[in-house]
Amino acid sequence: MAVLSILTYPDPRLQRKAEPVSVFDDDLHHFVGDLTETMYAGPGGVGIAAPQVDRPQRIVLVDVRPKLGENCHGLMVLINPELVAWEGMAVGREGCMSVPDFTGNVIRAERIQVQAQDASGRERSYECEGFEARAVQHEMDHLDGFLFLDRLVSRKIDLFRRKNYKK
Amino acid sequence: MSQALLTVIGEDRPGIVAAVTQALFTADCSIGDASMMRLGGYFTIMQVIDYPRDLGSVEMALDPAIKRLNLRVHLDPIPSVALSADMPNTRVTVYGADHPGIVAGVTGALAAIGFNVIDLESESSGSAERPLYVMVIQGYAPEGVESVRKAVAPLREREGVEIGVHPIEAAVF
Repeated sequence: MAVLSILTYPDPRLQRKAEPVSVFDDDLHHFVGDLTETMYAGPGGVGIAAPQVDRPQRIVLVDVRPKLGENCHGLMVLINPELVAWEGMAVGREGCMSVPDFTGNVIRAERIQVQAQDASGRERSYECEGFEARAVQHEMDHLDGFLFLDRLVSRKIDLFRRKNYKK
Repeated sequence: MSQALLTVIGEDRPGIVAAVTQALFTADCSIGDASMMRLGGYFTIMQVIDYPRDLGSVEMALDPAIKRLNLRVHLDPIPSVALSADMPNTRVTVYGADHPGIVAGVTGALAAIGFNVIDLESESSGSAERPLYVMVIQGYAPEGVESVRKAVAPLREREGVEIGVHPIEAAVF
């Protein structure tokens, strides 16, 4: 296994739309292993998407155990992931390994259901909420060439949302 | 390069930001941190600028925009600001029936625990009979979020306002 190097903004390769994975072979297993090691070596260490290491394929890893302990799904290998349901909205501050030294407020769904395949091509479904749901949505954005910078909200909007939705 | 804090105030209308920043650009200035927003019927700009020569040439470059848009402008030279300032770790949201003393009460309680306000935005809204005041403060609490909760708790009753205290955590993915 190897730690892969992370592309950082403004590298245009981060803005490409990633291609679906169709071949579930040893090469894929090997890559998922390297990607996992790269994720754990990062500053956040809780999520990563293949486009961040210059592999434009629809592969996302999330493991929020460093943040939440065992109260989560552990390591999720999400290949060709799709959001099949979501509800609620929450503002949270995000940073990204591909955008060093910058954080911003982003609105995400609070609860999601995501359908994906694992490294062997088996269909998997996960229900996530809160921090874990945020991580999945953040990483899935990379597959469509989006960074959290594309979803920043102003503090004023943040404030209006509180007024409208919190009580 | 030297630094200055530029303040601009003028009756709100389209084109103020464009005129000011274009003038700064032609005077070889670069813009640092900035806050630009409408307050009441006025548009306000406060921003850190880096300028290459003297402030006089910055003023000269701004002059046509000042005259055309009837702006008031103020330039304060400042020593270069260290970037090691505290990052906000707490967000305090306050809302309630508007009455004098809310901001003074809340910020007084915060100051007493050494809370450093980094960003405060507020808005009076609602109807004339039922004015509503909303305020969001972001700042650094040296003793953490719990100390802020304790400090503002007595104000809920005394000021009759709702106060939320939330940690600001940047999740790095």
